[in-house]
Amino acid sequence: MANIISDETIEYVGILAKLELSETEKEQAKKDMERMLDYIDKLNELDTTGVEPMSHLFPITNVFREDVVTNDDKRESILANAPEKKDGSFVVPKILD
Amino acid sequence: MSLMNMTAIQLGDKIKKGEVSTAEAVNDALLSMQKVEKDINSYVTILDEQTIYKRAEEVQKGIKQGEYTGSLAGVPVAIKDNICTEGILTTCSSKILSNFKPMYNAEVVNNLLKAGAIIVGKTNMDEFAMGSTTETSYYGATKNPWNMAHVPGGSSGGTCAAVAANECSYGLGSDTGGSIRQPSSFCGVTGIKPTYGTVSRYGLIAYGSSLDQIGPVAKNVSDCATVLETIASYDPKDSTSVKRESYNFTAALRDDVKGMRIGIPKDYFGEGLDAEVRESVLSAVEVLKNKGAIVEEFDLSLVEYAIPAYYVIASAEASSNLARFEGVKYGYRTEQYEGLHNMFKKTRSEGFGAEVKRRIMLGSFVLSSGYYDAYYLKALKTKALIKQAFNDAFSRYDVIAAPAAPSTAPKLGDSLCDPIKMYLGDIYTISVNLAGLPAISVPCGVDSAGLPIGIQFIGDCFNENKIIQAAYSYEQTREYVSCDLCR
Amino acid sequence: MGKEYEVVIGLEVHVELATKTKIFCGCSTEFGGAPNTHTCPVCTGMPGSLPVLNKQVVEYAMAVGIATNCTINQNCKFDRKNYFYPDNPQNYQISQLYQPICINGGVDIETENGGKKTVGIHEIHMEEDAGKLIHDELGENSLVDFNRSGVPLIEIVSEPDMRSADEVIAYLEKLRMIIQYLGASDCKLNEGSMRADVNLSVRQKGETEYGTRTEMKNLNSFRAITNAIENETARQIEIIESGERVVQETRRWDDNKGFSYPMRSKEDAQDYRYFPEPDLVPIVISDEWIDNIRGRQPELRDEKMARYAKQYDIPEYDIDIITSHKKLADIFEETVAICDNPKKVSNWLMVETMFLLKERGKSPEDVAFSPKNLAKLIDLAEKKTINNNVAKEVFAKVFDEDIDPEKYVEENGLGAVSDESELRIVIEKVIAANPKSVEDINAGKLKAMGFLVGQTMKEMKGKADPGVVNAILKEIFGI
Repeated sequence: MANIISDETIEYVGILAKLELSETEKEQAKKDMERMLDYIDKLNELDTTGVEPMSHLFPITNVFREDVVTNDDKRESILANAPEKKDGSFVVPKILD
Repeated sequence: MSLMNMTAIQLGDKIKKGEVSTAEAVNDALLSMQKVEKDINSYVTILDEQTIYKRAEEVQKGIKQGEYTGSLAGVPVAIKDNICTEGILTTCSSKILSNFKPMYNAEVVNNLLKAGAIIVGKTNMDEFAMGSTTETSYYGATKNPWNMAHVPGGSSGGTCAAVAANECSYGLGSDTGGSIRQPSSFCGVTGIKPTYGTVSRYGLIAYGSSLDQIGPVAKNVSDCATVLETIASYDPKDSTSVKRESYNFTAALRDDVKGMRIGIPKDYFGEGLDAEVRESVLSAVEVLKNKGAIVEEFDLSLVEYAIPAYYVIASAEASSNLARFEGVKYGYRTEQYEGLHNMFKKTRSEGFGAEVKRRIMLGSFVLSSGYYDAYYLKALKTKALIKQAFNDAFSRYDVIAAPAAPSTAPKLGDSLCDPIKMYLGDIYTISVNLAGLPAISVPCGVDSAGLPIGIQFIGDCFNENKIIQAAYSYEQTREYVSCDLCR
Repeated sequence: MGKEYEVVIGLEVHVELATKTKIFCGCSTEFGGAPNTHTCPVCTGMPGSLPVLNKQVVEYAMAVGIATNCTINQNCKFDRKNYFYPDNPQNYQISQLYQPICINGGVDIETENGGKKTVGIHEIHMEEDAGKLIHDELGENSLVDFNRSGVPLIEIVSEPDMRSADEVIAYLEKLRMIIQYLGASDCKLNEGSMRADVNLSVRQKGETEYGTRTEMKNLNSFRAITNAIENETARQIEIIESGERVVQETRRWDDNKGFSYPMRSKEDAQDYRYFPEPDLVPIVISDEWIDNIRGRQPELRDEKMARYAKQYDIPEYDIDIITSHKKLADIFEETVAICDNPKKVSNWLMVETMFLLKERGKSPEDVAFSPKNLAKLIDLAEKKTINNNVAKEVFAKVFDEDIDPEKYVEENGLGAVSDESELRIVIEKVIAANPKSVEDINAGKLKAMGFLVGQTMKEMKGKADPGVVNAILKEIFGI
């Protein structure tokens, strides 16, 4: 079945992904996504009834740290790459909610 | 003759014996770069000469004082630009990280430095490792040293081209869906994708976290085994790191395949495979058979589902992994914006290239409300089936032999116009990542156009030694062939 | 007209765990550091960094689960919750959706009419806290501080079992007490180490289907919770009465203005795209591990009450109040261990401590004085080194600044004067100055005695022992 991606869907995914696409990019994105999804739909040919989804490959479990402070103040390095900083903090445009 | 014509181990040996100094080694690497880099564009960043020579001096002293005793001490190495290097630009070949200097070294980098490695530069790649040609780099495509009209493959195209063009002795790449093996094959060099969890991912800028592994690229199998031995470690900072019983990969450098059971998946040799590649790979298998290996064809039809499953899982993980790039903490921030969300959106839209955006969009969509089960869960179930199919295969075979790519390196610009076609190029490598398996790509021939062909040996999880042994045994029958550029 | 409505409430309670380090890195969780001084590549979302789970977080979560009668999910995993917000450095939060650590529990609460009721707990999951945004009032910017980013939280999700603000408060008090007893958190609402989001809907009495609910955020005191519940209940009833429909949404409570407003914006799609966290491995909890945590579980309130009844000679009423807060109970036990006077310790905690807490607008968790100093104070009062009024005054100092009462009394010369000859001189002065009172007493009006005692105390600046003063006066007047 051919997938149809609507303008609304592209708009919505853009909000989720925080991407702003131009009109031409949107058209291209719709086409690309439709083709990709058609291709991915191939998975429906596979009978996966009763198959446990595999998120982790190996039966490795319980990897923990002990509750011990190991890090000291590295603020200068943490902030070194910040596009804008002030008073030891990262600066972002004011949030109006 | 340039010292860069030697393998890493040969060079390391000469340095250790005092026949060659570390300064001479880096000097020859720099000379190669001066000669070819403007054409090949293997590197995003080449460290300044002063830094390199200073490090060379430091290592020379360390060798003398017995601090560095390994075979890689003093040997120049190139690091893929998605691996963090403290204070050294690490861009993932993206505009969005165009000014990012990490505050720490990746665990692999620390492991290399402890062994006395000399980092000479950071290599070009497909942006955030998304691509198979190194053409999606913000810093321009890398060219194939064998023929500059062709791509080097990707995403570790810069590393593989740098090794092939003698711009370093060996390099590190990363492999999420074939990104070490396919460009190794296209550039006529050897590369290993280790078992998931063998090499720490701490400091590897994530693309698909459940699939990513760092691995070595070098001129031959011995170099790769040695480098893998150096970079592999159990790392408590990476929860998915596996504590292995042995990290002695060089023990497998034995010319012996007598009785080794080699499986040939029929499905890897059917439609879509270039005839010359097919012939070359099969004749390499024949060589091993003549050396005493038991070769048998078998069915691995599930492989065709690996690509769609991979693109769901990798895109989904990528959409989340790349969410952190939004212009607040590091990297590029858009010039003009109105409010927070507009800043996020503009920064990301301007900072990411088309392929990255394509995958983020796809990944966000397949995870979005109402689609999770149909896409993501289905892909995880498919992954389980593929893993099972490989388990069955490895109950019968020691290694699986296959092509590393369906063709030799395509021409620049040929792949990008059709994403599906590009994705199909990963058909022989992708299932290995889904199942977490180790695999190696070794040169096995050159096609009529003069482009290299690679054979891939795939092993069961934690059985690097078997694929190294098979590849090493094969390699003993074929001299390393360098590209014209280096002759 | 006259329809009867019922309010249906479920809570999502976030509790900051009392670990020394963050949930996924070795940064300190200590409160109040300069911005971004308790941060590292992991909790600021640096590219290439990876999380490693703090074992103590799992153990605290298990302890709370066990104490709230939950089933421990022996195969649990973390998931990523994806949303963009600048206090969230990776722009995803590591949380649990598909397999949370605790499920299907519940706690008993007492209802208004003295009855009992069980509030079901749907699940408890572990997650990381976000950083802090400091809004610049004047400028166009906000500042981001990641010191709190990665502090471990558990979220306790109740069933929609509560029917009034009182039940909500009772449930929260109960949770708070259990968690404090476990030592898993200090549960301070005002400091944000315990936060509650209220899911509320209304329906007509007798209706079996739930109405459309809203989620209320930013409730940082019991008072705000009560106000918000009353306000939201009224708002929803009004909407329904006017024939309209309640919109399912998240609302933000403004306690100063006394109303709530919707938080949703176009850029906030609330589609969190959860998927299993690939950077962390699953947690498998063995029966042995559960038994071990159960075995290490500290004495909870019921056990403590029973023990107090046996061990200390104090009334049931006292036991009830003292054990209502772990902090009070701790101080009680430690102080009694020093001065061995349970009833006196209990009195100081129940009366003066409670009075000062109320006056200072604090809660029992905030009590900061040391048992040693309370014990010293009790000792001073018992030996009549200071009289009761002075003792209260000194206690206020102990309460506020945890001063050493012995030193304080000495330095400020507050010791009670019980030396008779010294007192006699003052008393005689007082008698001489108040002939009217002497007349009254001699005329049998003994009330005037009190006046003379008072005057003497005044003269002595409160440091006299009033009992001794009284005795001397009686002797003088031959009564």
